[in-house]
Amino acid sequence: MPVELVRETWPGRIFTVTIGATAAEGGTRASTVTIGGHAALPFLPGDAPSPHRPVVAMEVMDAVPPDWPETLRRPLADVLDAPADWARKCVEEYGAELIALRLWSPHPDWKDASPDAAAATVRAVLDAVSVPLIILGCDHAEKDNEVWPRVTEVARGERCLVGVAVPENYKTLVVACLADGHAVLAQAPIDINIQKQLTILMTEMGLPPDRIVLHPGTASLGYGLEYEYSIMERIRLAGLQGDRMLAQPMAAIIGEEAWKAKEARLTEAEMPAWGSAERRGPAWEAATAAAFLQAGADLLVLLHPEAVAATRRTIAALTAVAAPA
Amino acid sequence: MFIIGERINGMFRSVARAIRDRDANAIADLARRQVAAGAHALDLNTGPTADDPAEVMTWLVQTVQEATDVPLSIDSARPPVIAAGLRACRRPAIINSTTGAKAKLDALLPLAREYGAGLIALTNDERGIPRNAAARAEIALTIVARAMEAGLPTDRLYLDPIVLPVNAAQDQCKEALEAVAMFRTLCEPAPHILLGLSNVSQGTTNRSLINRTYLVMAMALGCDAAILDPLDRDLIDAIRTARILLNQEIYAESYLQSQPA
Repeated sequence: MPVELVRETWPGRIFTVTIGATAAEGGTRASTVTIGGHAALPFLPGDAPSPHRPVVAMEVMDAVPPDWPETLRRPLADVLDAPADWARKCVEEYGAELIALRLWSPHPDWKDASPDAAAATVRAVLDAVSVPLIILGCDHAEKDNEVWPRVTEVARGERCLVGVAVPENYKTLVVACLADGHAVLAQAPIDINIQKQLTILMTEMGLPPDRIVLHPGTASLGYGLEYEYSIMERIRLAGLQGDRMLAQPMAAIIGEEAWKAKEARLTEAEMPAWGSAERRGPAWEAATAAAFLQAGADLLVLLHPEAVAATRRTIAALTAVAAPA
Repeated sequence: MFIIGERINGMFRSVARAIRDRDANAIADLARRQVAAGAHALDLNTGPTADDPAEVMTWLVQTVQEATDVPLSIDSARPPVIAAGLRACRRPAIINSTTGAKAKLDALLPLAREYGAGLIALTNDERGIPRNAAARAEIALTIVARAMEAGLPTDRLYLDPIVLPVNAAQDQCKEALEAVAMFRTLCEPAPHILLGLSNVSQGTTNRSLINRTYLVMAMALGCDAAILDPLDRDLIDAIRTARILLNQEIYAESYLQSQPA
């Protein structure tokens, strides 16, 4: 019996956001990355083929948490103290399409690095690689507000994606990104109403709706994944239904969260029944990523090279199917 | 809620003047202001004019198309004027309007097919305006059946239960609302249900309040389109609030501050 496929059409379309700017566009990147543009739910080319597939960003940190598990340190051991080398390794060895630079060191409880030092790190990474850059702050509102203007200035014209803006703290970041031509990563704590409110507030300041990427919270497999998943799903549905304040591409910062899970961290000696940590850790990260892909994530920020490779294979498999005739 | 802006109508004195003088800027400005305020489509009606109405309609379509890219609702009682308007449209338009009368359906259903247009259908016929909801539904059913025969997908139909002024036919306000609820279940895919809203407050003092109160009641019953004045900010805010309360849009504290969807 022939099965008739149900085709769905939507009134809305997800905005496209481009990260990175080439010389012709006022930056120095050799390539740019464009996400979004969907007119259907993920991986349903029969409803509407997506113009842009999800992308993986490899995360680089200017300071690595001291309690990082050995499994995560090992492949990156030679570059963990040098963000520019780390970024170069991600691009040259692992083929990263874009780099997410996490600036932990300015945090007052950590290294309390100066805004100028953070800006120098950003510049060094921009000089070391020619792929687009995502810049993430230290999640300390006051310090981020000191760091951001310096960082966006040193990257002026490179059209970075900078974040995260949160409802309690977005104005300085929006002003800095408007002045220096960047896009903003907007984060709400697993709350669709607050996520929409944040977009409204940022666009009221003059930030175009196609220079915003949504980050609806942080979770990993086993630790709240289903809450974030369902919020991402609702956001995408609202965007496709025509709500321009929720029609932005979505990001998932996965590596940091996945590697907090004991299932990713504990060694085989500590938990023999769970098997090899070498396989388990990256698998935990990749499994989290696979779920968020289905929820509509356009941009996945990952840490372990094997999780990156596995996620790329998942994306390739999910996008290999052409639209049925 | 599909909002069709009603302001480009020769019945308004300033529009009549702009038509007479072929003042394209004035018409374009009115088109742009309505779209910025939340209109998804614009109604064009020449009003009484000394010139050839088909020529005026063509000019209105061309003028508004230069200014905006929303669909146009070609509003005339005369099929040849509608045909002239449709010919000038670059994008699929909406015909405003047929009734359940045979002669009207015979003239306008083929035009809707030929031009891929939507069709607004008032639920009256040769016998006049029905007195209650059931009689409206009966005519609606005739219209739906004729549309299906003619090969017009029923989701291109905009059934209008005919709203009468509250100060002249108070009992009919409720009948029209009941008709909205009945229209919803007539066919699959469901037809759109449209109000010619401003009629309800014709000749009253509290026009804006009466309009917005009536529309939100109709929305709750399934009305999903209206011809109205998008420049009435209170009305647009009421529509947006009703959409939130009907769970058609995600709530956010500043939902009224964003650009209307």
